[in-house]
Amino acid sequence: MKKQISWQTLALILASLVLFNGVMLFAHLWQNHWWLGVAVNAALLVALVEYVGRWIPGRFQRIYDLVLAIGFPILLLLVWETMARNNILNPRWFPPPSRIAVALWQLSTQVDKFSHTSLWGRPWLIPQRFLSQGWPGVVALFAEGHVWVTLMRVFVGFVLGAIPGIFVGMLMGMNRTIRTMLDTTMSAVYVLPKIAIFPIVMLMFANPFGEGPKIAVVAISAFFLVAINTMTGVRDIDPVYIQAARNYGANRWQLFRHVIFPGALPVIFAGMRLALGTALIVIVAIEFIRAKKGVGFLTFYYWEVMVTEKMYAGLFVIMFLGVILTYGLQRLERRIMPWR
Amino acid sequence: MAAKIIAKEVRKIYDTPQGEVIALQHFDLEVEEGEFVCIVGPSGCGKSTFLRILAGLEDQTAGQVTIIPGKEPGKPLNNVVFQEYAIFPWKTVIDNVAFGLEMHGMPKQKRLQIARRWLERVGLGRFAQYYPHQISGGMKQRVSIARALANDPEVLLMDEPLGALDAQTRAVLQEELLRIWEETRKTVVYITHSIEEAVLLGDRVFLMTAHPGVNKATFDVDIPRPRTLATQSSREFRQLTLAIWELLKDEVMRAMEAQR
Ligand SMILES: Nc1ncnc2c1ncn2[C@@H]1O[C@H](COP(=O)(O)OP(=O)(O)OP(=O)(O)O)[C@@H](O)[C@H]1O
Ligand SMILES: [Mg+2]
Repeated sequence: MKKQISWQTLALILASLVLFNGVMLFAHLWQNHWWLGVAVNAALLVALVEYVGRWIPGRFQRIYDLVLAIGFPILLLLVWETMARNNILNPRWFPPPSRIAVALWQLSTQVDKFSHTSLWGRPWLIPQRFLSQGWPGVVALFAEGHVWVTLMRVFVGFVLGAIPGIFVGMLMGMNRTIRTMLDTTMSAVYVLPKIAIFPIVMLMFANPFGEGPKIAVVAISAFFLVAINTMTGVRDIDPVYIQAARNYGANRWQLFRHVIFPGALPVIFAGMRLALGTALIVIVAIEFIRAKKGVGFLTFYYWEVMVTEKMYAGLFVIMFLGVILTYGLQRLERRIMPWR
Repeated sequence: MAAKIIAKEVRKIYDTPQGEVIALQHFDLEVEEGEFVCIVGPSGCGKSTFLRILAGLEDQTAGQVTIIPGKEPGKPLNNVVFQEYAIFPWKTVIDNVAFGLEMHGMPKQKRLQIARRWLERVGLGRFAQYYPHQISGGMKQRVSIARALANDPEVLLMDEPLGALDAQTRAVLQEELLRIWEETRKTVVYITHSIEEAVLLGDRVFLMTAHPGVNKATFDVDIPRPRTLATQSSREFRQLTLAIWELLKDEVMRAMEAQR
């Protein structure tokens, strides 16, 4: 079902774009009316993309969506690049993306003086290390890279928080007494910024500067999000499913395994998505203030020594980690819940 | 014929924050083995409540409700086909149908075989591996019916199973129910708000009063079996539905007054 093409409209939109930007440029309006420029350009761009989108046949729609989803951030980067190169943006604070990319490459391939490792460790040493120390040596090589350190903290903390979170949330969802007793406390602790309890958590560990307290705070953050969502998921199960299960002879364990757990799973996953995002936020914050390794540490370090392109490189790596982790969880979700 | 279900002087009072709600009062019902009994009554008169009590999903406040067990040991006493289907969205069609058997610990091969046979019988053989969200409302209710039949209970309890369906789908399923019932001859308690459906399917029709539910009258349906949709155009069918409607009309009026 393709709609008729109207070249006139398309030409009109394109002409408006060119004309508007020409006027803005030659009348030197950008300086004081940049907000107008941004607003009108954004509106015209949306109009253009949407108009073109109408001609895209249904089977190419997904590809077109993908092009838009990837194309827009690239466009933003291009705008940033031009503005930084022409000194519209101060390149000291907003270095052009091309320089950030170079910085990212340097961070990945060169070891820094203070941590003697790169973002990803020193993979170029793998063959040599494998010959001398075997697999443990290889693992140690990986474990030293900033990205892996951060990922390990996020992952271990997340798992250590989510599993008890699911357990406690289940109990709260199924048992009224437990729920009534815990609900207020949970809601109160839930709103507390978890980074605020980091100093106390440090004191609870034999080695306050080791991995223990960092992972613990991530776990605590994940725990509350997952627990509260699991409880909601259990409580939102339509009672008719529970009646049906009982009517068909399910015992307590079967009721849990066949109805309550799968019934709550969608909301549990929603909670885990939130928890994973929060885990990343928390760990970066902790690495800012107290860590010798990790992407957050690297980012903050280069901010302190004013190498801004490397700081931005760190920020981009953090965003990239967020996207990858969320995507991984989504894949897992589709595997575990094929009925959705 | 022996009695299969005996309900005597059943009373159900819901204790709500707004005060006590009397859902059932002095409710009597006796169903014989192999009988298809329909219960008709205005909305909110306590039909679902009675069925849930009968199914053991809820306790009555007073009175006696019994389903007399059959000779086969281990056979489930009753299974419900719910008003809202209540098939599990997270299980495939065939796993839904095999659910009761799985709960009783039947090995996988065997229960899937039985489930498949029932799916064939309700015309859903092709949809065994589908998930409920991929099939229509009428198909969902067929899955729900197949789930109950596969479990082979002593008594089948159905709560407005076709209530949410469109007229054509309902007609098709009515014929299917007639056919399956005539093959199995199970004891059935069937709730409906349609007098036509009650007379078409049932051996007896119970009429309930509006709020609180008391049984007001019983009609024997002497229309010979096998019945089909064409039965509805016979004279005795029309006479009976009209007679029931005359009595029900007052109750519906009363129910509507009460809700105002
Ligand atoms: N859990 C409950 N708590 C309080 N009151 C209830 C509860 N369940 C039912 N009732 C009340 O009991 C009465 C009978 O309800 P029931 O669901 O049995 O009616 P029904 O005959 O099945 O109606 P319908 O034809 O609309 O399904 C209604 O007045 C209803 O408000
Ligand atoms: Mg009802």
